[in-house]
Amino acid sequence: MVAQDAHAHSAPQGFIRKYIFSLDHKVIGIQYFFLALTAVFVGMFLSVLMRIHMIWPAASLPLVGEIKPETYLSLLTMHGTIMVFFVLTTAPQGGFGNYILPIQIGAPDMAFPVLNMLSFWTTFVGFVVILAAFFVTGGAPLHGWTGYPPLSALQSAGPGEGLGADLWITSIAVFCVASLMGALNFITTTLDLRAKGMTLMRLPLTVWSWFITAILGLLAFGVLLSAGILLLLDRNLGTSFYVPLVIVNGQVMGHKGGSPLLWQHLFWFFGHPEVYIAILPGMGVASQILSTFSRKPIFGYKAMVYAMLSIGFFGFMVWGHHMFMSGMSPYSAFAFSILTMCIGVPSAIKTFNWLGTMLKGRIRFHTPMLYAIGFVSLFVSGGLSGPFLAQPVLDIPLHDTYFVVGHFHLIMGVAAIFGIFAATYYWFPKMFGRMMNETWGRVHFFITLAGTYAIFMPMHYLGMAGQTRRYSEFTQVAYQAKLVPLQTFMTYAAIITITAQFIFVINLFWSMFKGPKASDNPWEATTLEWTTTTPPPHDNFGGVTPVVYHGPYEYGVPGAPRDFVMQTDPATVSTH
Amino acid sequence: MADATLQHDSVHGLPGAYEAPLFGAYSKKVGMWLFLASDSLTFGALLFAFSYNRLYTTPWPTPFHAQSIANATVMTACLLSSSLTMVLAVFASQRGDRAWTRNWLLATMVFGTAFIVLHGMEWSKLIGEGLTIPGFPRPASAAAGELADVSKNVPQFPATFFGLTAMHMLHVTIGVIYLGVVAFRKWFLPILGVLWIAGYILIPSDNVFHYGIHALLLGLIISAVILFLKPKDYDAHDVEVSGLYWHFVDLVWMFIFPLVYLMSTKIR
Repeated sequence: MVAQDAHAHSAPQGFIRKYIFSLDHKVIGIQYFFLALTAVFVGMFLSVLMRIHMIWPAASLPLVGEIKPETYLSLLTMHGTIMVFFVLTTAPQGGFGNYILPIQIGAPDMAFPVLNMLSFWTTFVGFVVILAAFFVTGGAPLHGWTGYPPLSALQSAGPGEGLGADLWITSIAVFCVASLMGALNFITTTLDLRAKGMTLMRLPLTVWSWFITAILGLLAFGVLLSAGILLLLDRNLGTSFYVPLVIVNGQVMGHKGGSPLLWQHLFWFFGHPEVYIAILPGMGVASQILSTFSRKPIFGYKAMVYAMLSIGFFGFMVWGHHMFMSGMSPYSAFAFSILTMCIGVPSAIKTFNWLGTMLKGRIRFHTPMLYAIGFVSLFVSGGLSGPFLAQPVLDIPLHDTYFVVGHFHLIMGVAAIFGIFAATYYWFPKMFGRMMNETWGRVHFFITLAGTYAIFMPMHYLGMAGQTRRYSEFTQVAYQAKLVPLQTFMTYAAIITITAQFIFVINLFWSMFKGPKASDNPWEATTLEWTTTTPPPHDNFGGVTPVVYHGPYEYGVPGAPRDFVMQTDPATVSTH
Repeated sequence: MADATLQHDSVHGLPGAYEAPLFGAYSKKVGMWLFLASDSLTFGALLFAFSYNRLYTTPWPTPFHAQSIANATVMTACLLSSSLTMVLAVFASQRGDRAWTRNWLLATMVFGTAFIVLHGMEWSKLIGEGLTIPGFPRPASAAAGELADVSKNVPQFPATFFGLTAMHMLHVTIGVIYLGVVAFRKWFLPILGVLWIAGYILIPSDNVFHYGIHALLLGLIISAVILFLKPKDYDAHDVEVSGLYWHFVDLVWMFIFPLVYLMSTKIR
């Protein structure tokens, strides 16, 4: 344990201490952000290779050559893993959480700055290790991001299951350690470093979402760490935790008596909370932005907090709904099914509160607002198929089809990505001191929203038509021939959508250097990060600790001089 | 509460600028509690793996004789005594008695080391009698006998036994190094180096601990980095936080001892 008493550190001198091994949560947040940006482009590149291979299986591509079926499985595995761990977990929590959370609660830094730095660099090592899996003998592993044994547990099970799979598991284990360090830092900071007056019910919903996400991460990643260690033992020391008696290529393997289901239980006990780790920060950001740009208080602040808490709570009790296919007892399946549908209740509360926030608001359609609305839209579209999949009786036929692929991409993939985009457009002025280009932001938004629906909506129809997922080639399969035109359409949509992301990157880097200078509070928002200078000084508030008198979403308060009351405004007007 | 607030402010050096911490504890203590929450889930997953295997493998072997149990009981006594000395170390540090803080910490480390050494001898004995997993270097004597049969017929038994106890042994080792750093700071590094080299030379190469001893080298490097980053004098708070960790490691043993030893005993 490196326990640091922090904050004592003064502004660092020299390039390395200032930008590379920095203790400043703001620099670390930006490091996380760019790590995730790199990762998302790697992941996107892999996905477009998969889409191209699906409809033109024989095509020879520049750089990668012809994609073989096993290469397709490697692409699938690495796309999933990189996206889930190094984008959806890293960007919202490590990136924006790190940068914004301490400022929003009025702290000069995280509670343990050294641990924060270690957390980032450990994540970085994990990313390098997982990328290394592409370049070793046999290539990247084939077992999917869920890593089900026996495929993942046997060295001889496939071309990527040698060193590549070891690197994959090592990377995941390293990532677990990094996430644990990050999570306990976030929780301690929120508990201990809130400015005077920043009571729990005055925390911005973003802080609540990062806080709850950190609790989920703290409890979930420890389990994955154990599961990964046992998998490494099975692979390298010949134990049989996950491997029953198996025969590969006519040869009896040395394992005996293990249970692949044990891995599924441990993995999904982590895996389901992981879904909420990805989406909860997006919910927080959406709440923040919808309230700010509707110029209205968030509808049902407390309900939002309790909804997030109950989503986090139930998130730990529903892992079995990923395992309906495993021959689970119908009684357990029934329990998991009911608990899963319970999550629909807080999710609906959140959705209606977002709509209620916008209702009769004076909405300003800036890019962050568009993305927040896009988030709500995708959350609803992806979420509605959730209660269907929560029924074992429907899940069993649908689980291995594109229906599930469409479902989780909409809700946990793209909705979370929209949360990240919203956060980027919203906090960019604070982070880099300049405004992003609005016009290109809107162009980017509309292409991305339309493209997203064009890619993932048809997957639901494909799934209901019975097209199985994970298969690399189906163009020559007679009974699936009628579905190929739809797949082709999705591939074109994917290529267009991915190309449109370069608009975002160019806008990001161009605005970083050439954009118009941002004022301290360009969105006329109320939370603490907008009370300090842009970008914030090393200790966030220039040596003073702010004092909070108001709740986080005081817009349109009667009797106030402006249409918003900042949290640090003197207590002359009565608010929450 | 007032006392906690005072500690909190003195830790952060900014008197009165913050809301009172939610649990009335200073940050390092909260951080350690959170780490322990996470670590208990890590051990929880291993215990789940053990129970899961045990429940669906019938019959689960019960090969341990009275000798193993006697040995494990002595080990348990060592750990329990170490918890007592740890408490005394925390008390000593809170009344500002530096000499006795160090003495009690040293006693805790001695008990912890005794636990590790006894546990290592126990492992070596069991491996010699045939309780092995395929990845271990295996002495010639391990080929036959009751435990060799158990390893062959129910590979889950040695796998869960060594998995759980190795994870726990690793935690105890980390704990001893942690206490050593708190008690002796940089003077602990050469001690650790000597232990590492002596262990590597003295333990025969067909023993797993010949390689396992490298954990001490890793501990040496990490301790050196921490001491380089924070070359400070550790105070009563640090002793208390290290105590939390130590008691947790003891507590975990109180689950492992009955589950993997007492419940796997041959009763005649």
